[in-house]
Amino acid sequence: MTVRKNQANLSATEKRRFVDALLELKRSGRYDTFVTTHNGFIMSDTDSGSRVGHRSPSFLPWHRRFLIEFEQALQSVDPSVALPYWDWTADRTTASSLWAADFMGGTGRARDGQVLDGPFAFGAGNWPVNIRVDGRTYLRRALGSGGRPLPTRAETDSVLAMATYDMPPWNSASDGFRNHLEGWRGVNLHNRIHIWVGGQMATGVSPNDPVFWLHHAFVDKLWSDWQARHPGAAYLPAAGTPNVVDLRGTMRPWNDVTPADLLDHTAHYTFDSAA
Amino acid sequence: MSGSGLTRRRALGAAAITLSATALATVASAASRPDRGEHDAARHGGGPQQFDEIFKGRRIKGKPHGGSHHHGVGYAVFVDGKELHVMQNADGSWISVVNHYETFSTPRAVARAAVLELQGAALVPLARA
Repeated sequence: MTVRKNQANLSATEKRRFVDALLELKRSGRYDTFVTTHNGFIMSDTDSGSRVGHRSPSFLPWHRRFLIEFEQALQSVDPSVALPYWDWTADRTTASSLWAADFMGGTGRARDGQVLDGPFAFGAGNWPVNIRVDGRTYLRRALGSGGRPLPTRAETDSVLAMATYDMPPWNSASDGFRNHLEGWRGVNLHNRIHIWVGGQMATGVSPNDPVFWLHHAFVDKLWSDWQARHPGAAYLPAAGTPNVVDLRGTMRPWNDVTPADLLDHTAHYTFDSAA
Repeated sequence: MSGSGLTRRRALGAAAITLSATALATVASAASRPDRGEHDAARHGGGPQQFDEIFKGRRIKGKPHGGSHHHGVGYAVFVDGKELHVMQNADGSWISVVNHYETFSTPRAVARAAVLELQGAALVPLARA
């Protein structure tokens, strides 16, 4: 059974095996297909039109399915690997072990944002950025340079307290849990982390940075934590909503899975701890 | 540059549910950027104005544009002649493919943010899904 652990508690061996599996997916070309898929959705999901992966109720089940697929790809390389999660309410600084050279590597240099250490540094030769929006082929970051700190536990709890999953107009203007977690409204959780990391993480090709998966694994855990706090609250909308994936509507690009199929994560994995 | 969108978002609060004249006026009054004239133009009809300027050594242009692949935005932005994929949010704010999780008040502001992010690099065409 796959157990997703807090990245801060991984052993040296677990970190090495996770990194090695990432590098193998990259080498084989499979990694970049995930970057392409994500960017395709982020560019086509619009507030006034069809929206599946982002700015819509299915943001959470879509990313849950996307991460399951990615985790299965990792496990095809090394069956012992599970996606770790980054609790950015706890590991809030650039000094976190998350950013050490034996794991994600650190921030980019000032001149061009290039990450210079760790397994994904361009100089190591194993992490070319192929799916990109500009000419730069090296992984970039600017950790914390945006000026706004990562969300606090209290800010995160304030969003977990919201009892309604999502609300009309089911987009970036919505009130409710999903849009506050996504960050288009309110204290801003998920979006803020992308901006805080900077580099490719702030762009449509954000999965070029492996920390994408650790960030989204924690966003996914927060959905699970929210369900535990609000056991009577359901995914919304239930049915008949134009441009939006209803509870039993199928999601692109898989076309064989619905939000209803993904509400219970324990069919696929468990977490090392509850909220 | 990253704080301005967030500040404006807080200022918008619950009022900015739709792209209404009220919401745009709120954006304009809350924005600290020197481009609030564009909001006034939008508020009085027709969407954001054209622009064409050199910013940090890059030529940035924005103009109304037809064609369905702009998500009905009806507006296109270019950096040194290469198109920057932009999108408008329901509250009237803008994002681009190089600043996709941070909102800006106008197409010109999102173009300037892209220039800062690019640090001299050229945009490349990207296949759409």
